[in-house]
Amino acid sequence: MRAITTIMKRELAAYFATPLAYLFILLFLALAGGFTFYIGGFFERGQADLESFFLFHPWLYLFLMPALAMRLWAEERRSGTIELLMTLPVTMTRVVVAKFLAAWLFAGIALALTFPVWITVNYLGEPDNGVILAGYLGSWVMAGAFLAIGAAMSALTKNQVIAFVLAAAACFFFVMTGVDLVVSPLRAIAPPQLVEIVASFSFVSHFTQLTKGVVSLSTILFFGSVIVVSLVINALLAELKKAS
Amino acid sequence: MQEMVSLDGLSKRFGPLVAVDRVSFTVGRGEVVGFLGPNGAGKTTTMRMLTGFVAPSAGTARVLGFDVVTRPIEAKRRIGYLPEGAPLYDDMSVRAFLGFIAEMRGLAGEEKGRRIEDAVARTGLREVLHQPIETLSKGYKRRVGLAQAILHDPPVLILDEPTDGLDPNQKFEVRRLIAEMAPDKAIIVSTHILEEVEAVCTRAIIIARGRVIADETPEQLRRRSPWHNALRLTLGREGAESFEELVASLERVREVRRVGELDGTVEFLVAPANGIDIAPEILALARERGLTVHGASIERGRLEEVFRQLTTS
Repeated sequence: MRAITTIMKRELAAYFATPLAYLFILLFLALAGGFTFYIGGFFERGQADLESFFLFHPWLYLFLMPALAMRLWAEERRSGTIELLMTLPVTMTRVVVAKFLAAWLFAGIALALTFPVWITVNYLGEPDNGVILAGYLGSWVMAGAFLAIGAAMSALTKNQVIAFVLAAAACFFFVMTGVDLVVSPLRAIAPPQLVEIVASFSFVSHFTQLTKGVVSLSTILFFGSVIVVSLVINALLAELKKAS
Repeated sequence: MQEMVSLDGLSKRFGPLVAVDRVSFTVGRGEVVGFLGPNGAGKTTTMRMLTGFVAPSAGTARVLGFDVVTRPIEAKRRIGYLPEGAPLYDDMSVRAFLGFIAEMRGLAGEEKGRRIEDAVARTGLREVLHQPIETLSKGYKRRVGLAQAILHDPPVLILDEPTDGLDPNQKFEVRRLIAEMAPDKAIIVSTHILEEVEAVCTRAIIIARGRVIADETPEQLRRRSPWHNALRLTLGREGAESFEELVASLERVREVRRVGELDGTVEFLVAPANGIDIAPEILALARERGLTVHGASIERGRLEEVFRQLTTS
C-alpha cells in the first residue's frame, strides 16, 4: 500500500513540476465555462441545474484526459526510468494502480475547481444538490474511464504524441457509440440486439443517466469495468513492452 | 565464502537471436566481479535478468537464495542496481528523488533520513542536493544513480557501467567507493575499461556472443597474454643487431620484437616460449657480449591483449 502512495505522490508532483499542469487546469476551466455559458445556454435555459455544464464533459474529456494520461508510461520508457522503477521491490499491479490514481486525482482536482459554477447556480436558484453531486461524481468516474484507456495506450509506445492520438481515438469510439450519428445508420443495417450492445458501450448515455441523478448499479458497473479492464490491459502491455 | 548471487544456465532469446546463452557463475561476499565483453555480448541483458527487469528464457538466477522469477520482490529488496545509462527522474531534485527511492525501499522516518545522508556523503552530492536532476552534469547524474543503488545498504550491488562518461578523477572516486563497500557485499560491475578491472575487481568474467569465455582473477587473465613475463630490454645500438639474432635463436625464446629506437638505444621485447621468466639468462648473455644495458623490465601482460585475443577469435 505504501508503494502505491509513494508512486502516486511522485506522479502528482511530476504533473506540477512543469507549468503544464496549471495550463491544463486553466484550459479545462475555460472550456468547461465557455461551453456551459455560451454553447449550453446556462442563463437562457432559466433552469436551476447544471445539465448544460455536464453536457459537454464527455467531449472535453475526449481530448483532455488522453493529454493527462499520455506521459504515464511513454515517458518512463522514453527516458529509461522504467528500468529503475521495475527493479524496485514493487509489483506491476501496484505501479499501474498508483499511476492511474495519480492521474485520476489530478482530474478530480481540476473538476473540483469548477465549484464556482455550483455556487452560481445555488445563488441564482434552488437546484437539487443531490443531482449535482451525482453529476460531479459521474463526471469524475467517467474521467477515470477515459484515463484508464489513456494509460493503457500510453504503455503501448515511447512517444507521447502517439499515445495521445491512440487514446483519443479509443475514447472517441466510446463516446460516439452512443451518438445518433452512429446509432441511426447502424440500426438500418444491423440486428437490434447488436445495436443495443454497441450503444451500451457509450460513455455518453451512461453519463447522462448520472447527471439526471439516476445512480444505477449498471452505470457504476459499466464505468468500473471499463477502468478495471483497461488497467489489466495496461499492466499486460507494460509488462510486454517495458524492456523493448 | 558465502554465496550471494548464483546464475545457473541463464539464457535469453529474442526471437531467433540468442542474446545470453547458458551463463552460469556464482558471486560470494567480498567479491567484486568485473563483467566484461564487447558491446552486444549480452552483459546488460544478463544484468537485467538478474535484477528481475527481463524474464529469462531458460535457467535460473538467485539472489541470497531467492529466485528472481518466482520470488522477485524478495530478490529485488536485496539488490542495489544502477541500470545502463543511469536513468533518473529528471524533473525531481536530488533530495526528492532519493526520498522517493528510500520510501520505495521501505525506509521511513529517522532511518530514511540517516540512509539518505549516508549515501549523499559517500557519493559527494551535498552541494547539489536541492538542484533539479536535469540541471546536473553527467558526472553528478551518475553519482545520483550510484547513491540510489546503495541507499538501502543492499548485500548485492549490480552496476552497469558505473564510470561511463566520467572524468578520470570521478572514475577514481567511484572505484574508491566500490572498494570501500566491497568487503561485506557481492558486487558485479560491467565495464569496457580494463584498467578498472585491475583497479577494483577480484575476478573477471568475460562474455562474448552471450557465453562466458573466461572466469578467473585479473592476474590469471594476464598470464594468458603472449607477452606475459616477456623481457623489455633497452640496449645500446652497438652490437644490438647480432644480439637480436642470437636471442631469437634460443630455444626458450618464442619471439623477439624490436619496439623502438631512441637516442642511440634500441628497445626489444623478448617473449619466453613457455611463459617462464628468462630475464636472468638473457641479461647474463648481454653482459657476456659486453653490451650496454640501458634498461630492463618484466612485462606482466596487458588485459587489453587478452581481451582482444579472447573476444575476436
